[in-house]
Amino acid sequence: MELRVIEKLLEKYFNAETTIAEEKDLKLYFSSPDVVPHLEQYRPLFGYFSQQEEQKFDKTLPLKTKRHYGRWMSVAASVVLLGGLLTFYNTQPAEEDLGTYDDPEVAFRETQKALQMLSTNVNIGMGSVHQVGKEYEKTTKQIIKEKRKEHHVEQKSKE
Amino acid sequence: MNQSDFIKVITPFKDRVFRLAKRLLVSTEEAEDATQEVLVKLWNNKGKLESYSSVEALAMTMTKNYCLDQLKSKRATEMRIVHNNYSDRQAGLQQQAEDRDSWSWVEKIMETLPEQQKMILQMRDIEQYEFEEIAKIMDMNETAVRVALSRARKTLREQLAKTHSYGIKSN
Repeated sequence: MELRVIEKLLEKYFNAETTIAEEKDLKLYFSSPDVVPHLEQYRPLFGYFSQQEEQKFDKTLPLKTKRHYGRWMSVAASVVLLGGLLTFYNTQPAEEDLGTYDDPEVAFRETQKALQMLSTNVNIGMGSVHQVGKEYEKTTKQIIKEKRKEHHVEQKSKE
Repeated sequence: MNQSDFIKVITPFKDRVFRLAKRLLVSTEEAEDATQEVLVKLWNNKGKLESYSSVEALAMTMTKNYCLDQLKSKRATEMRIVHNNYSDRQAGLQQQAEDRDSWSWVEKIMETLPEQQKMILQMRDIEQYEFEEIAKIMDMNETAVRVALSRARKTLREQLAKTHSYGIKSN
């Protein structure tokens, strides 16, 4: 290509006014062995650009995994949930059925026995609750005393 | 869209995504990670791809954004290890042999350009994108793209002229 054309193109190139085709011409010119000396300094520029086009990405892509895993997880979760609900509803009625008495008098006696048992157990429980209450009061008093002592000591040390 | 359809879609531009990432992140390994990240993101949204006029432009925009984010977080940590940077430059002395290679001069100068100019230069002079495409990817108007490109090319010219005449003087 004529030298004057190349010089014109170069000027346009640095003003970002060249087309893709014109830029290809420039690359072609600077890849040839007979570049004129005063344009020699631009050779590495276009050489570098051409060389850079060669770089390739050739790593494999981890495709497909994420989506399907998620889908199967949701299926598994719903199966577990369904199974759980089924066993829950199946065992529930069995616990409710505690048996009945036919004779009202026997039923009355059994009820009394049950209530008696309940009240004695409640009394036992109340006794220990009282004891806990006393212990609680004792310890709070002790804690308050100690706090006061600490407070005194701090104030003295400040003075 | 199945896996082989998807591969067909990305094959024409996956190398360009990688090269843009490498231009910004410099390290090959990081550029590979970025490319993987972007392509897997595309795959996960493969249902929506048909609604885009150009998947390639979308991929390049995603790459640009991903890499700029990476650089931002990298710079935040680099501020604290100034000493490391210093010793790194010392190691550069040993690479002077490589520096004599004229292509690596161009690469070095290109590394000093602002990110925006770097990306535009990459997309125009290496990937040969039209201004319209670059404007879309960069979210700029065409005139602004031309101005930035002209600035980048002129910086390269000036810096290269300096290294060129330096070489002559030192001989």
